[in-house]
Parts: sequence; structure tokens; C-alpha cells
Amino acid sequence: MYRAMFQEQWLSNIKGDVLAGIVVALALIPESIAFSIIAGVDPMVGLYASFCICIVIALTGGRPGMISGATGAMALLMTTLVAQYGLSYLLATTILTGILQILFGLFQLARFMKFIPKSVMVGFVNALAILIFTSQFQHFQDESPIIFVLTGLTLAIIYLFPYFNKSIPSTLVAIIVISILVITMNIEVRTVGDMGELTRTLPVLALPEIPLTIETLRIILPYALALTIVGLLESLLTASIVDDMTETESNKNQESRGQGLANIAAGLFGGMAGCGMIGQSVINVKSGGCTRLASLIAGLFLMFLIIVLGAIVVQIPMAALAGIMIMVSIGTFNWYSLTNIHKVPLTDAVIMGVTVLTVIFTHNLAYGVLAGVLLSMIVFAVKISKIRVLGLYMDEGTRKIYYVQGQLFFASVTEFLDNIDFNDELEEVVIDLTESHLWDDSAIGALDRLETKFKGKGTSVRFIGLNGESNRLLERLSSVRRNAEHS
Amino acid sequence: MYTNILLATDGSAHSKRAIEETLKMVDPYKNHVRIDLIYVVDGETSKEDVLKYGDSHTASMKRKEKFFDTLSFIEERGMKADVIIQHGEPAETIIEYANAHEYDCVVAGSRGKNKLQTWMLGSVSHKLVKYIQAPVIVVK
Repeated sequence: MYRAMFQEQWLSNIKGDVLAGIVVALALIPESIAFSIIAGVDPMVGLYASFCICIVIALTGGRPGMISGATGAMALLMTTLVAQYGLSYLLATTILTGILQILFGLFQLARFMKFIPKSVMVGFVNALAILIFTSQFQHFQDESPIIFVLTGLTLAIIYLFPYFNKSIPSTLVAIIVISILVITMNIEVRTVGDMGELTRTLPVLALPEIPLTIETLRIILPYALALTIVGLLESLLTASIVDDMTETESNKNQESRGQGLANIAAGLFGGMAGCGMIGQSVINVKSGGCTRLASLIAGLFLMFLIIVLGAIVVQIPMAALAGIMIMVSIGTFNWYSLTNIHKVPLTDAVIMGVTVLTVIFTHNLAYGVLAGVLLSMIVFAVKISKIRVLGLYMDEGTRKIYYVQGQLFFASVTEFLDNIDFNDELEEVVIDLTESHLWDDSAIGALDRLETKFKGKGTSVRFIGLNGESNRLLERLSSVRRNAEHS
Repeated sequence: MYTNILLATDGSAHSKRAIEETLKMVDPYKNHVRIDLIYVVDGETSKEDVLKYGDSHTASMKRKEKFFDTLSFIEERGMKADVIIQHGEPAETIIEYANAHEYDCVVAGSRGKNKLQTWMLGSVSHKLVKYIQAPVIVVK
């Protein structure tokens, strides 16, 4: 059985996977370097990360055909940590992120991702796109105006080259053309070499040099938590997209665990935390990659390229990388959410907006998701708390029946009680709850209050039409009823 | 007589025109006609749909739903209809599917919202005409 699974997951599509893996590796180089620069670390940190993550996820992930590596979403979360504490704390955070992700996988917490509404997810990717875009502005400062020409040329090549050839990644062509242009014409612009060192060596295993104290944990834990959540969020979203493109199923808990192991490996080998890459995964599937082999080849070929081409990589002008990042942000942004904004419910549009704005102001994607989820919960509670109560007199005004329609819970009880007229002089009040549902202690409390008030005036109260769950809750919690039965 | 027809669609209002023209074409013998709509989901659409609907299952269900109206529109006119949803590059996937099955003809709408898109996307119908073995009708 294992043999069959190995065949299926590794060797069922060798030619397609090898080719796609090579294409992905070529496309990974510029992105990994650019994301390192966003995080504020040497280009090698992102490249080592993509190398380690690609290989470990190939072996342990739950979604064959998906590509993971250093990503913009993760890089953006690290900037303040790197600026304040440096690389070794980033590596420690990366390892802790991996451990947390494994725990998420073990306790099957992936299912809690369903509590993240779609509008928050859309806000998340839009905010990510905006941050990647704005993080490129720094490359245009204190630079000759020629950089605008170079970046524009990069974008033109990226978008137009696919009309001539679809199999070679156009980002790579853009980088090569712009680099040759800058080198041969001796144009004075900043290059990758100016941003940090590029060592052409294999990554080595080392524990990050940090004091193992509570104080360290206090510093890195919030970052690790944010990275854990954002990493899993984007990885599972990517996994779903690959599911859809390939019309196959994937194991989301195994993927969470795989992401964790991959990040631990990245941290130990000097790489930054990463996650599933939507763009690269789409490239991979489009180029014919669909098994674990594609990710493995991508990782190995990436390392091979770095070692062979390291000297050339440092000469890549930042203008070209900025162009690629602008392309990434345009591709990441969910334009449909803007063209469609007048069609979705206003609350969804607001939640999306709040998620985006929170991220832009805090520069933290995790805060944006949190704000979006909280607001969604409040909006949902408000929406569902709308309750309709209709009172009808019967038997010449001696009895009154209230028809209740809606959910009875903490947010709706006030409105419910406001609709009950306690000044009526009646023999009996009937509350028809057929189209309602009692959810919590507040609901039972409201019914108790209603019953006590009417009984004080000598009016008897009857509840009818309770569904099973509501009835059980009422029996368990209602104090009035219990007291009445005892007396 | 073209009785077994493959009709490439993207679910847009524009491809509705291709359907209407096809119905006109086969009207005299419509009771013998079977129309298969083919809709290809490319990588970008996968991305958008998963983001829009949460996961792959919901996305594929929604895609099928999108064609309910069109299918009943065709069936009401006395023809048999079905929808085939495939994943991949639109042109290549349609060509592969059309050549692997026996259709009398293939109908494709030439999409394009503006000049630029007509120039770009017109290439899909061009490819279909070039590589599909059966006769191809492009509805402008």
C-alpha cells in the first residue's frame, strides 16, 4: 500500500513535475530575495527558507503540487522584530512558529479557520497586496529617476512576454534583461548586493544564538503566534486553490503539521518563516506539476542555482525586483472585490475595509484578521438578534398570545421584553416560541423575568412550541419553574 | 445535420449570444440535438472562486449552479443539454476535450469587452479553429 502511495505521490508524473519544479525554482529566486529585503534581512535568509521549506514540505505536506517558501505575508510580520532584535531572534521565532503550527495540526485546529469569514479573507489578501506595494517605495528614494524607467520596463516585460512564450517565467526574463541592461550600460542603481550579503554556500544547521529565558519568549511569542496564524491561513487558502485547480482532495491537518516541520527546518538552517505561496502554486500546476516531486525539484534546483549563479544574483538591480513585487501585489489584490463591492452586503464591504485599514495602520496582518473576525461576530450577533414579536388578544381580551420569531439570546432579549406589554390586565399569557430558539442563560432569564412579572399580577404564563433543545435548556436553567414546582 | 454540438462558454452574457445563435442554427431539427456546454476553470478563476466561496467544494457547486438557467433555457426548447466543467488553460483544454470526443461541430463565442481584450482573448477562438478537428463556428 505504501509502495502504491509512493508511486502515486512521487513518481506518477515525473516529466511534468521536473519541468514545473525548474520553472518554480526560477520564479522563486527573485521573490525570495525581494521578500528577504521586505523583512530586512540578507537575501540568503529568504533563499535558505524557500530551499528548506520546499524540500521539507515535499516530504511532509498534505497537499501535493503546492509550493511553499518565503512569502510576503510572513515577511511583513517580521519587519519590526528584525529591526529591533536582529536575525537570531527571527530564527528563534521561526522555530517557535513551526512548533505552534505542529500543535495546530495535532489538535486539528485547522477547522477553526472556518470562523474566519470570507470578507476577512478578502480583506487579508487585499491588505497584503497593499503592504507589498507600499514596501517598494523605499527603493525609489534617493535614487536617480532612471529607476522608474527600469521598473516600468520590468513590468512591461512581465506582462507582455507571456504572449510570446508561456513556459519561461516572464519575471525571470525581466530580471535577466534589466540586469544585462544595467551592467552593459553602466547605469548607477542599487543592486541586490547593496542590500545584503549573498553567501554561495549550503545552509548549515545551527541553533539561533539567543538567551533561553522567559524574557526571550515574551519577545518572540507574539510574533510567532501571528506568523502561525497568518502562515496557516495562507497555506490552507493555497491548498484549497490547488485542490480546486487539480480537482483532488488534500489533508489540511497534515499540511498544517508539514508547514510546522518546514518552518522548524528553515529556522534551524538560517531561513525565515514561510508558508504556502498562491502565485507559485498556480505557476506550478499550470506548468504541469502535481506531485510532491515538483516541490522537491524546486527546492533542489533553487539551491543549485544559488551556488552556481550567486555572483550574478548580487548584480540584479533593485529596480527589477521592485517591478516584480509590484506585479506580485497586483496579482495578489482581489480586484473582483472592488468591482463587485456594490453587490455584496454593506456589512461585508465594511468588514473587508476595516480588515484592510487595520493592517495598513498597524502593519500587522494578524491584527487585521483579528479585527475583521471580531467585527464579523458583532455584525452577525446584531443581524441575528432581530426579533419579531406579535401580540394578539383572544377570548374577549382575557388572554393574549405572543408569537415570537427569531433567535432568543443575550443580544435579543431586551428587544424581546420591550415588545411585551406588562400593563395588560389578563388571565393568561401564551408565548408561542415555535419560530424561535432559546440559546443561552440570558434567554431563559428573560422568560423567567416575564413569568415572574405576570405572576405577580395574577396572570398565568404558558410557553408553547419550544423545540427540543430549547426545552432542555429551559428545564435545566429555569429557576422560576423549579421554585414553583418545589413550593 | 449538426446534432451533437460542443459549445464553449465562459458563463458570461457574451457567451449567451453564442448559445442563441446555435439555437437558431439547429431550430428546424431541434428535437434531435444535444448540446454540451463546456466551461474551463483556469488558475486565476480557481483563485478568485476559492477566495469567494471558501473552499473547492463550494466553488465547484456554485459553478454548476451558474449553468442551471442556461441548461433549462436550452431544454425548454426541446434539446438535450449538459454542462462539462474542466480545469486548465481554456484553449488547450477545450481542444483536448473536443478532439477526444465525437462532436459534429464546436461553437465558440469570441469574447472581448474592449479592444485590448478582443486582441488578447480572440486568440482563444483562433486556437480552437486551428486545432479542433471538427468544424468550428465562431460567433462574433
